[in-house]
Amino acid sequence: MELCSFLTLDSLITDPLTHDFMRKALLMSSLVAAVCGFLSSYLTLKGWALMGDAVSHSVMPGVVVAYALGLPFSLGAFIFGVGSVALIGFIKQKSRVKEDTVIGLVFTGFFALGIVLVSKIKSNIDLHSILFGSPLGISLSDVKQTIFISLLVVILLSIFRKDLMLYCFDPRHAKTVGINVVFLHYLLLTCLSLAAVVGLQSVGIILVVAMLITPGATAYLLTDKFDNMTVISVLSAITSSLIGIYVSFWFDLETGGSIVLAQTFIFLFAFLFAPRYGIFKLKKLFAGYK
Amino acid sequence: METINYQNFRIDAENICVDYNGKVALYDANLRLKPGQICGLVGMNGAGKTTFFNALTGFVNISKGKIRINGESLRSAQKDQTIAYVPQNEGIDSQFPISVWDVVMMGRYGSMNIFRCPRESDVQAVKDAIERVDLTDHLSTPIGNLSGGQRKRTFLARAIAQRASILLLDEPFSGVDIRTEKLISELFIQFKNEGKTILLSTHDMIHVREFCDLVLLINKTVVAYGETSEVFTPENITTTFGGISPDFLFGPES
Repeated sequence: MELCSFLTLDSLITDPLTHDFMRKALLMSSLVAAVCGFLSSYLTLKGWALMGDAVSHSVMPGVVVAYALGLPFSLGAFIFGVGSVALIGFIKQKSRVKEDTVIGLVFTGFFALGIVLVSKIKSNIDLHSILFGSPLGISLSDVKQTIFISLLVVILLSIFRKDLMLYCFDPRHAKTVGINVVFLHYLLLTCLSLAAVVGLQSVGIILVVAMLITPGATAYLLTDKFDNMTVISVLSAITSSLIGIYVSFWFDLETGGSIVLAQTFIFLFAFLFAPRYGIFKLKKLFAGYK
Repeated sequence: METINYQNFRIDAENICVDYNGKVALYDANLRLKPGQICGLVGMNGAGKTTFFNALTGFVNISKGKIRINGESLRSAQKDQTIAYVPQNEGIDSQFPISVWDVVMMGRYGSMNIFRCPRESDVQAVKDAIERVDLTDHLSTPIGNLSGGQRKRTFLARAIAQRASILLLDEPFSGVDIRTEKLISELFIQFKNEGKTILLSTHDMIHVREFCDLVLLINKTVVAYGETSEVFTPENITTTFGGISPDFLFGPES
């Protein structure tokens, strides 16, 4: 009898909501997804996927040091995220090594440093939750930090929405008409670091780059308008988070992995069935029946 | 010493040098253009044409020399929207999700407020510019769905909407259809009459003879500069192209 009521769709959705940790996880992850999805449009168009990977991994030692010193973990993460980008730029300029190689070696170096620090600094740092995320176990102070950072990124991106689009599309024109492209470059990098910081709570450091590129890539297949791309990217990111958390609850799966897998499936769906750019071009299929 | 009134010159580049991480791309280059002049920039690939454009737009910093635009600094020229750059078709991401209207509106960004909200005058400028390049039927077409010629016209419209007095055009005739070529050459005559100054790079020697009052031959530095009829000689062209005979470039009949 009890089993039957559990299996109704209604209770599948609402039952998890009776748990405080689930409500918090759903809300926080949706917020994080929205921020990452917003930024994702810019990163995919700018071709910064690898940069996103680098920054998100590089924040690792920052998180560890911040925890050890009792500072907000976002502060440490931010410093190391921006620091990694500065180091990448410096090594690229001063050596003959190619950029993707420099990016690869810098972020793995930072990441390794983080792992070594975790093993050395005796504290209550949970390596597993840093690496794989723990949206179900977000503390109250983390919630405050996440909301603050998310709002900051959303406000920055909203103000400079069009300038950033121009910067991604044609930086030379931006420069020619007196728009400060150096500022926009660092603004985008700053937002990337901050988004990586909030994103790692949901899906962990290893997978946070998916939050930053997959929604944008999905949206890119579905529209030819930049504004629509941003909206689709945000919506697909939020949807993935909700699906991922529910699925992980129902089947007792790793939450971060579930969220990213949901994003991947949505991308694959777009890849196969997007009206114009999908493999099967749904529009044409339907047109055949008319 | 004679005094020069720099305000007479739209573009005045004096002994400019550009190097990328110690590698010299352009050195001791000079150029002076007055209002209404059209100048061709001719040189081999890697001769520094794009670098020259980059220096004039401020996209790269010059390591030596001085650039004055209407007698003022490059920075104030940028603030005043004086210079417009029309990129090569290859220089832009044609798959970027953006429409003709949005690209042309970008020509107005520099004079808008920080949120880039278009005013009535901006909308009108964009409309007019699109009409002048004959793309009114394609206002909301994504640039990815345009032909090479239509895309080139879109970026020309952006320069028109910007109301720039100096136009820098990178290979304006490459990969365009006859209709676009005709439209561009008509626009050149209008621009000239409006007193705009045009610097264009081209591979096509016939276009230089057809449109350019002046020609600047470069190979890392200025090989020759002056009136097209005087400077655009087989000897100079051969020097510019590192010994290749102009017969090879023009075909034997020219």
